[in-house]
Amino acid sequence: MATEFHNLQELRHSASLVTKVFIQRDYSEGTVCRFLTKFPSELDNRIERTLLEETVKTLNSYYVEAEKIGGQSYLEGCLACATAYIIFLCMETRYEKVLKKISGYIREQNEKIYAPRGLLLTDPIERGMRVLEVSVFEDRGSGSSSPSSSTSSAGSSAR
Amino acid sequence: MSAVMITRKVRKWEKLPGKNTFCCDGRVMMARQKGVFYLTLFLIVGTCSLFFAFECPYLALHLSPAIPVFAVLLFLFVIAMLLRTSFSDPGVLPRALPEEATFIEMEIEAANGNVPAGQRPPPRIRNVQINNQIVKLKYCYTCKIFRPPRASHCSICDNCVDRFDHHCPWVGNCVGKRNYRYFYLFTMSLSLLTIYIFTFDIVHVVMRSVDKGFLNTLKETPGTVLEVLVCFFTLWSVVGLTGFHTYLISLNQTTNEDIKGSWSGKNRVQNPYSHKNIIKNCCEVLCGPTYPSVLDRRGLMEEDSSISATPVAPSSSSSTTSSSNPVPQTTKTTAPLIPNEHTPDDAKPSIAASAEKSPSPKEEHPPAKVPPLASPETDVETSITKDKTH
Repeated sequence: MATEFHNLQELRHSASLVTKVFIQRDYSEGTVCRFLTKFPSELDNRIERTLLEETVKTLNSYYVEAEKIGGQSYLEGCLACATAYIIFLCMETRYEKVLKKISGYIREQNEKIYAPRGLLLTDPIERGMRVLEVSVFEDRGSGSSSPSSSTSSAGSSAR
Repeated sequence: MSAVMITRKVRKWEKLPGKNTFCCDGRVMMARQKGVFYLTLFLIVGTCSLFFAFECPYLALHLSPAIPVFAVLLFLFVIAMLLRTSFSDPGVLPRALPEEATFIEMEIEAANGNVPAGQRPPPRIRNVQINNQIVKLKYCYTCKIFRPPRASHCSICDNCVDRFDHHCPWVGNCVGKRNYRYFYLFTMSLSLLTIYIFTFDIVHVVMRSVDKGFLNTLKETPGTVLEVLVCFFTLWSVVGLTGFHTYLISLNQTTNEDIKGSWSGKNRVQNPYSHKNIIKNCCEVLCGPTYPSVLDRRGLMEEDSSISATPVAPSSSSSTTSSSNPVPQTTKTTAPLIPNEHTPDDAKPSIAASAEKSPSPKEEHPPAKVPPLASPETDVETSITKDKTH
C-alpha cells in the first residue's frame, strides 16, 4: 500500500494517470442498472476487496431504489400524465433525487477511501451508466521518482 | 511559428457525435430530417382549426358547450405528447471514450485468443444470462461498446438507443426508453381526437342537413369535407398503430424485437423481460420511473482551439471528434483493430447511405402509419455473423 497518501485535489491536478479500470454492468437481472461486484484483478494491490465490493453494492442498492416500480412511481407517473408532463418542468423526479444522492456518495467515497490510495471513481452517469470507471494513479509509495506535476495531459484526463 | 491557444467554453451538445439536430441551446433534440414532423404538426393543427372554426360554434349552440371544451383539452394533450416525444432524448447511449474502447478491444482480443493469419476473427458477441435465458449482446462498431440488452443502433440518427423501439419520421425522432410512453400516449390521444372529430363532423352534417339540406350544409361549412377526409385516412393508421403498441406493451416487447422475431418461434429464447402478466407489463412500461438522460447536453466543456500559421489539430478534453465526418473518424481513432475486421466497417457506410436515402421517399409520399423498419445496421450485422458462422 502507498506510504504517502494522496488527497483528492492533488490527484486531480498533479498525479499522473497510470490506467483506467472499468467495472461493467451486470445484466443477470434484466435491464435494471446494476454493476458487477467481481473484483478486477488490476486493483489487487491497490485496494482491499471488501471496500470496493461494499461501494459497488451500495451503488447497486441506490439504483434499485431509483428504479423501483411501486406506489410512488405510479403516483408520480399518473400525476405527471394528468398535467401532460408539464409538472416535470418544476418538479424533480425521484430518479433525479437518487442520482444526486449517488453523486454525493461517490464524492464522499473518493475523499475518504479511494483518493488516499491513488484511485478515483467516476460517477457512472458520466459514462452513460455503462461502466463504473476507476482511474488508477501512480502509487507514490512504490518508490517512483518525484511526482511529475507538470504533465498537463494527466490533469485533463483526471478531470 | 507561434500558436495562440484559446480555450473557450462550449456546451456539450455542440460536440456530440451522431446525426441529431439540437435547438434552444441543447434543450431540444431531434433527428436531422424533420419534414414529416412538420407535416404531422400541420395536419393536426390544421384539422383541429377547421373543426373549431366550422363545427364547434354550431355544436356548442345546438348540442352542448362541453364538446368544444373537451376538444380543446384533447388537442392540447395531443400536441404536448407530440412535442415531448419529438423533442426529448430517446435514451441515447454516449459513445465510448478512447480508454474504454481500448479496454473493450483488449478484452475481446483476450477472449478470442490467437486467430490464425488470414482467418476472420469470430464475431464480437458477449453472452449474458438474463432470467435464465441466454441473450447475446452485440458489439457496435460505431459506438465502440457492447450494446446493452434491448439497445439498438439507429442508422438514421447514428446513435445507439436504449430499449430502441423504432425511428419514427412522423415525430422526427427515435422512439426509445425515455420517450416510449409519450409516443404511446400521443398515438392513443390522437386516435381519440380523430374519432372525436370524425364523429362530431358526421353529427354536425346530419343535424345541419335536416334543416338545410345536404348540399347547402357542405357549402356553408366546406372545411367539413377536408376534415372528414383527413380523419378517415388517419383513423385506420393511427388506431391500428395504437392497437399494435398496446399489444407490444402487454407483452413487454419493442417494435424492433417484434420485427426481428427475437422472441417468437419455437427454437428461440422466450422474452426474458416479460413479467408474464399483462398488468405488470403495462405498469412497467407506462408507470415505470422516468429515466434521466445520460447525455449531458447542456453541460459545459472546454474546447481548445489554436490560432497559428501552422494548422495544429485541436485537442479537446473529451473524445468527441468534429461533427463533419463522424463514422470514418471514430474508426480511425481506435487502437489496434484486427485487420480483417474492416469488412463490417466497409459494408456499413454503404448500407447506412442507402438507409438514409430510404427515409426521403417517405417524406415525399408518406405512407400509412406503419412503424418504419428497424435500423438496417443491425440486420447487416446479423447477416454478416450468419455468413461468418457458415
